[in-house]
Amino acid sequence: MENFDMTLIDWSRGQFALTAMYHWIFVPLTLGLTFIIAIMETIYVKTGDEKWKKITKFWATLFGINFAIGVATGIILEFEFGTNWSNYSWFVGDIFGAPLAIEGIMAFFMESTFIAIMFFGWNKVSKKFHLTATWLVAIGANLSALWILVANAWMQNPVGMVFNPDTARNEMVSFWSVLFSPTAINKFLHTVTSGYVLSAVFVIGVASWFLLKKKDVVFAKQSILVASVFGIISSLFLVWTGDGSARQVAQVQPMKFAAMEALWDGQTNAPLVAIGFLEKPAPPKTEGQYQEKEFAFKIEIPNMLSFLAFLDPNAYIPGVKDLVNGYTDPRTGKREPSYSEKIALGKEAITTLKLYKEAVASGNAEEAAIHKAKFDDPDWRNNTFKYFGYGYYTEETKAGLLPSIPISFYSFHLMVILAGHFLALFIVMLIFSLKNRLEKMKWLLYVGIWSIPLVYIASQAGWVLAELGRQPWVIQDLMPTLSAVSKIDASSVQITFWLFAITFTTLLIAEIKIMLTQIKKGITGGH
Amino acid sequence: MFESLSLLALQQYWWVIVSILASLLVFLFFVQGGQTLIYTLGKTEMERKMLVNSLGRKWEFTFTTLVTFGGAFFASFPLFYSTSFGGAYWVWMLILFAFVIQAVAYEYRSKPNNFLGQRTFEWFLIINGALGTILVGAAVSTFFTGSAFSVNKLNLTNIFGAGSTTISAWEGPAHGLEAALNIQNLSLGLAIFFLARILALLYFMNDIDDENIFARSKKQLLINTVPFLVFFLLFVGLLLTKDGFAVVPEQGVSPLLWKVKMEPFKYLHNFLQMPLVLIIFLVGVVFVLWGIIGTIIGKCKHGIWAAGLGTVLTVLSVFLIAGFNNTAYYPSTYDLNSSLTIMNSSSSKFTLTAMSYVSLLVPFVLAYIWYAWKSINNKKIDAREMEEETHAY
Repeated sequence: MENFDMTLIDWSRGQFALTAMYHWIFVPLTLGLTFIIAIMETIYVKTGDEKWKKITKFWATLFGINFAIGVATGIILEFEFGTNWSNYSWFVGDIFGAPLAIEGIMAFFMESTFIAIMFFGWNKVSKKFHLTATWLVAIGANLSALWILVANAWMQNPVGMVFNPDTARNEMVSFWSVLFSPTAINKFLHTVTSGYVLSAVFVIGVASWFLLKKKDVVFAKQSILVASVFGIISSLFLVWTGDGSARQVAQVQPMKFAAMEALWDGQTNAPLVAIGFLEKPAPPKTEGQYQEKEFAFKIEIPNMLSFLAFLDPNAYIPGVKDLVNGYTDPRTGKREPSYSEKIALGKEAITTLKLYKEAVASGNAEEAAIHKAKFDDPDWRNNTFKYFGYGYYTEETKAGLLPSIPISFYSFHLMVILAGHFLALFIVMLIFSLKNRLEKMKWLLYVGIWSIPLVYIASQAGWVLAELGRQPWVIQDLMPTLSAVSKIDASSVQITFWLFAITFTTLLIAEIKIMLTQIKKGITGGH
Repeated sequence: MFESLSLLALQQYWWVIVSILASLLVFLFFVQGGQTLIYTLGKTEMERKMLVNSLGRKWEFTFTTLVTFGGAFFASFPLFYSTSFGGAYWVWMLILFAFVIQAVAYEYRSKPNNFLGQRTFEWFLIINGALGTILVGAAVSTFFTGSAFSVNKLNLTNIFGAGSTTISAWEGPAHGLEAALNIQNLSLGLAIFFLARILALLYFMNDIDDENIFARSKKQLLINTVPFLVFFLLFVGLLLTKDGFAVVPEQGVSPLLWKVKMEPFKYLHNFLQMPLVLIIFLVGVVFVLWGIIGTIIGKCKHGIWAAGLGTVLTVLSVFLIAGFNNTAYYPSTYDLNSSLTIMNSSSSKFTLTAMSYVSLLVPFVLAYIWYAWKSINNKKIDAREMEEETHAY
């Protein structure tokens, strides 16, 4: 590993994680609150009741405060692919750049144009035009999510491309395979619906505070009614798409799947751990070996993991050890190579590229043709080139091919357990809302308020699982973070890390203070 | 439709699109220019409020254009994205930082309990205005002056040796900041800065109904035009007399392997060999001057349109001579053959074709932007509106 600067790689990962997690604090609220506002404004336009206009404007003010900081934290991410992950930008830019550009052309302009009408157009355009603009802001925000999530899904499940040894990069051969890959569809639907759930909890939490303070009571009750219905529908979609996402992970990222369940040994009829705690890790048996962690306590649902992954309670789920050591699926008989074998295959793929490039450079057409033929051979592509990224590892460093099992396990379970809590919250809120007894249910209102931090934790946990669970891969099996990073000094990245950490934290404090002040002003105190 | 085009034609098409986005971005930098003028033109709280709100309804277009420019460059010429952004790290990071602080400044500036205070957010706008324009200008100038970097795709296979696996490497410790030491880069940076201020002054005169702001803007117009002309002419003079980075086409050899050599007066030659581009440049300059002079000596309030169109045309022509006529648009002074050309740095034919279909959406996008703005911008900003507006910055 002497040719890899691990300090640089760790700080680069840290900076991307920092900026992405900050951005993700603000995006989900943007995704969902726009729809809630659009629904409220639709009620206003349909009924002509000015009260609904005030409610709409109140939530739109909070939306604006959140949106600004979402934009501020978002721009850095787009450019970080180049500044910090320059090899990545070249290696897969032919596929990855397209969704980013489409996002700008299709979604960002739509959002920024119609958001101006949403804020400044109340007295300048007709009611219907204004309503259309509000809906277009919601659609624009969600369209932008679509394209960036398509790009992210492609990194987890690279499809629709072939490697071109002349340009030394992957090139797109099917736009539709990239756009409509099952991973992309599930990731998009699951992520945006998580944003809707977060927004519904946010609205319920804020409105609960109003009810406890006996302030703007009618407005608060109506907000809870809209949000709890929106929340129930979104939660059901969330569960459905989460199930689809997990199935995708089981198929294309089996190590992430094993990690999120802390499944060390593969088995048929695998149970799902409903709740569990991992014990302290045992020290590695040999240098470079992974650290095994068993459960200190767990409650399991029999057969559930197998069913969840393959809709078959008897299906075989490989564990972490099987994936590292290689295994044969007892039911299908299909053999999966060990990590050592994959490392050897990866080295063969990288060496073939090297020999080809050298043959071309020296004008040796005959030798170049021999190597080129391998890249044109679908069998070689599927059985050797497929493991290109493993070639950057060695026997001594192969423990680096494992994601963090505790982080994957806990983030997954935290996310799922909290999602169940939110669905229950929406249902209970709706019931008491319809019975018009919300004001009397103080405990419920407190639960509503405290669910706001919980929903942010759940939302972050989802992304932590998605991104840390796939480590070390930037592009699954093809490019690890090791070979994706830019050639810059680690000290430069350390400085920018702290620059953004301090800036974003300062802006977050400003955002929260402004937001709380606007909430305290209430619907009657401000606009 | 686009499938029938050759790879070279698609590369040229995308270079034109990237150039158009860049030229629109420079025009929209009037927002940045205006931000540096809020204390110069706004002497009272209400005047500053009008200025900030006038810009505040446009800032997102500049921002979105910058983001789209980045995305389009990534999609069409990913090797530039990887080489320049990963190499000139500090320049791009500072530019990004300047835009991060801008994005919250409008919305948070006048909100109660905003933690940092109104003045801080106004200074965020000023920093963005100055840093954003000067650094982007200097970075674009390196398209002609070059940077010290190397590109070697074989590095990707460096798994047995001790060398780096990174394809693009910046061969200097300053990671882009050294660009600021070059007189030509600096002159373009400052020319863009003063141009942005000029455009802002013309924009304010057209958008705000206030006598004091109008009078001060008119006065400032002359003050900013003089340094603009000095730096712009210096840049153009150096550009037309310098050696340029010429690509040498070789029959039967892949354009990926074409060599680059220095050619005296390359950019002057590019203008002369592409007369249409020269005409675009000259018409652009005339329009900018017309917009400025017409406003200074006449009573014209719409100088922004002439100067804006002129800016778009001028910047477009400058980008076209950087990339067309067998020119390396992102040259390396460290290793000439590492220089980026539109041929060796682009996406594949498939991706360029797919993206070309997406580009057909652009006129549609422009149309709805125009329509939406016309519907809410039919009246100038004035003090009364600021008092009545429920969503004022």
